[in-house]
Amino acid sequence: MGKTLFDKVWDNHIVDSIKNGPSVLYIDKHLIHEVTSPQAFSGLKRRNIDVFRKEKTIATADHNVPTINQHLPIQEKLSRNQVETLTKNCNETGINLYGLGHKYQGIVHVIGPELGITQPGMTIVCGDSHTSTHGAFGSIAFGIGTSEVEMVLATQCLLQNKPKKMKIEINGKLNKGVFSKDIILYIISKISASGGTGYFIEFAGSAIESLSMEARMTICNMSIEMGARGGMIAPDEITYSYIKGKEFAPKNKEFDHSVKKWNNLKSDYDAIFDKVLKFDANDIEPMITYGTNPGMGIKIGEAIPKSAIENSTESFNKSLKYMGLKSGEKLLNHKIDYVFIGSCTNSRIEDLRLSAKIIEGKKKADHVNAWVIPGSKKVEKLAIDEGLNKIFINAGFEFRQPGCSACLAMNEDKIPKENYCVSTSNRNFEGRQGPGSRTFLASPVTAAISAINGCVSDIREYI
Amino acid sequence: MEKFIKLSSQLTPLKIENVDTDQIIPARFLKAISREGFGENLFRDWRYDSNNKPIKDFILNFHNKNSKILIAGRNFGCGSSREHAAWAIYDHGFRVVISSFFADIFKSNSLNNGLLTIQLEEKVIQNIFDKIDKNPDCKFTVDLENQLFYSEVLKIKEHFSINEYNKSCLLNGFDNIDYLLSIKDKIINFENK
Repeated sequence: MGKTLFDKVWDNHIVDSIKNGPSVLYIDKHLIHEVTSPQAFSGLKRRNIDVFRKEKTIATADHNVPTINQHLPIQEKLSRNQVETLTKNCNETGINLYGLGHKYQGIVHVIGPELGITQPGMTIVCGDSHTSTHGAFGSIAFGIGTSEVEMVLATQCLLQNKPKKMKIEINGKLNKGVFSKDIILYIISKISASGGTGYFIEFAGSAIESLSMEARMTICNMSIEMGARGGMIAPDEITYSYIKGKEFAPKNKEFDHSVKKWNNLKSDYDAIFDKVLKFDANDIEPMITYGTNPGMGIKIGEAIPKSAIENSTESFNKSLKYMGLKSGEKLLNHKIDYVFIGSCTNSRIEDLRLSAKIIEGKKKADHVNAWVIPGSKKVEKLAIDEGLNKIFINAGFEFRQPGCSACLAMNEDKIPKENYCVSTSNRNFEGRQGPGSRTFLASPVTAAISAINGCVSDIREYI
Repeated sequence: MEKFIKLSSQLTPLKIENVDTDQIIPARFLKAISREGFGENLFRDWRYDSNNKPIKDFILNFHNKNSKILIAGRNFGCGSSREHAAWAIYDHGFRVVISSFFADIFKSNSLNNGLLTIQLEEKVIQNIFDKIDKNPDCKFTVDLENQLFYSEVLKIKEHFSINEYNKSCLLNGFDNIDYLLSIKDKIINFENK
């Protein structure tokens, strides 16, 4: 019987298996940040043990950093302490830190791929659920809790039960105005915010294969939003040409050798999945969410339905009440207050290029606050070199510094109570973008054009 | 990790589905660098209004504060991987969470902290919700050794499953790091292969 991409990577990393229990999985790369690591370092100290393989962990500060004046000390005391604790822990243990001010600093799931740290066939973990992003390279990548961060620091291993395997195929040609964010919001709206729980998902099919690496990352990034442990895409020429030449990618002969190995990773033709779902690319249109979980999404021209898959009437109504919306109402032309272009889902250079192209020469609506938060220092620099920052600024957008920002509103970047925000991030949970905030998840181009019009807009009318 | 063997307590019903970890503990309360003290902000934005006044009809504000068992709707603990969610629930005093369906990361985080997650069928949970509506003070027992959850008064008795490894960790108060450290030679052998 053939093996899936997931099986191959998994089997290559099994150190040991416990009878009637989990397997011991070896971890190739461990990414850490300031919010979910301090208690793990304290745990090591309490047990009086050292970091086992310090060169396999990379640190950055992203969740709790300001997006303006990053050269100044962090104003808020608790945030400053948390970021300083990361620096101290990295200094004491010898872990490489790309902290504030470093040319590689940025959102952990943006910097891993763009530095060539993320490679096919690896196991990658981080104390952050969107670690699934790295699966776009054909790696097993998933989010972990702080106790597990401590396990990896202490032993470079995790105890894991093998998840079930699902394949989601999208075949056909994508319609005009449809981007990878729309694909993933479409899938989640079909299978619900829990439809992937217990599974590791492989995305496949001609529509997926046609996507750039950055677009693939957006898809894998949001696999957790359907509950999946992670998402993966088989590596191909697009993957290899993205990796080639990156700072930490294999070089010269070593690169050619790696490509040969990576070519063997794709699922065998006779591999068995526990579940297979197929969708037609032609049915996908620009998407937007109207509720308080990512499964509550519709095609942008549709009216808000009367129910959603896996939501009871009670939960569905609670959600609409929170959002200040009603069934039957359309979101198109709904007035908005904020636009947030950023987060590990959509803050890469392609996202910024696409949004800049839409707004070039235009002005945002007066009543809208529009923020662009590049995913990393490298993305920020590229955007400045290409003049994208000027396009945003001339259109009245704020072009800020890298971090997670209003995706989770841990820093000062919060959407005020009852304000509507078209956001390129990944979660529309109650209060996610600030207490009482109301989030419409959408693609970067939908966010950009909505900022110009001051209301939810259909990108297809402008391209 | 504290041992978990058996306990009896009233239930705290939270009849909401898809409870994400941002509701359990909002991101703005994740700035601490220790594991303690998260309980006071458990379900913060459902529990207190914007002026920090308790919201009267939210269960934690009127129900028995000594309850050790939280029972909630399906897909509990989805979203962010923050272990702070498990810490907050534990710090508040809960030792068991029951749902028909848990998000994967939340489940691992809970077990790693001695917080037992019990998965029961949706119709069973609905039946329990209905019965405790009429008998909110009724006590239930969780017996990990025998994998039983029951109330003699309400004539409810459910068997729950848990893998042998996790069960033995909870019963003995061992954690995964103790185990992984004990097989370090195997890990080094794997690296040298």
